[in-house]
Amino acid sequence: MKAKVFVSLKPGVLDPQGKAIQHSVELLGFSGIADVRQGKYFEIALQDSADQEQARQSVTRIAREVLSNPIIEDYLVEIEA
Amino acid sequence: MKFGIIVFPGSNCDHDAYHVISKQVGQPVDFIWHRDTDLKSFDALIIPGGFSYGDYLRAGALARFSPVMDSVKKFAASGGFVLGICNGFQILCEAGLLPGALIRNRDLSFICEHLCVRVETSDTPYTNEMTPGSVLRIPIAHAEGNYVCDDATLAELQREDRIVFRYCEPSGAVTEATNPNGSRDNIAGICNQSRNVLGLMPHPERACEDLLGSSDGRDIFRSLAATLAAA
Repeated sequence: MKAKVFVSLKPGVLDPQGKAIQHSVELLGFSGIADVRQGKYFEIALQDSADQEQARQSVTRIAREVLSNPIIEDYLVEIEA
Repeated sequence: MKFGIIVFPGSNCDHDAYHVISKQVGQPVDFIWHRDTDLKSFDALIIPGGFSYGDYLRAGALARFSPVMDSVKKFAASGGFVLGICNGFQILCEAGLLPGALIRNRDLSFICEHLCVRVETSDTPYTNEMTPGSVLRIPIAHAEGNYVCDDATLAELQREDRIVFRYCEPSGAVTEATNPNGSRDNIAGICNQSRNVLGLMPHPERACEDLLGSSDGRDIFRSLAATLAAA
């Protein structure tokens, strides 16, 4: 079983790295890019015997308490069987 | 009175702080390894600058889980003095001992330069020897010093006189042009509600000798030592 956690900056929190990436993308010739936001992606491998609902609860807690800072970031948890 | 300096893997301003306390303030001081949990013999703690855990994940995020941090929280809750400098400020925010967070500088660059901060309040153990409005010339050295918090937190910090230092002109004027990193309200340092925990991005321990370009940082450590001496 695998868990995927996506961490992104909350709307409104300045993302200077995203802005710099957007600028580079535009220099490459792409137009019509309204915004770029940079985030983080984590893969967590779980023992196959783990209960899916329990795994979701555990990974959600890990995402909330370690992987993200709730003051500036949101997270999204996906569990893959 | 005894000072303790907490050392995480990756701390690199620990010896500067030790030097200032032992040589400039003239008080007993010891290093505390991050796996130690006994803080009974200390009256004040300094969480020094550096790159604890290599700044992995977020600056200060992993240091929060070091064994010593539970003891630091209890120490702070019982009124003990905790001073977080630069990475120490980031750790205090991640640990929930101070509100808000420190994110990437507005212009992305690592900034290392002397600049000015205005003392906003003398009502802390760290600034009670200073006059509000006075200006300290102290260096910053960080890539993640952009202080953010929500509107309610900012209003609370302002209302409770908990913004301790703001980036300013040498004249003391606080302007957007003197904001090096995009920090909300030019915030360079804040304290907690009980005023015993202070976090600041500038490095006062690097500004304690004229030979180093400024000795303005000494006032912060001297205020704290005077508070401890009077206690």
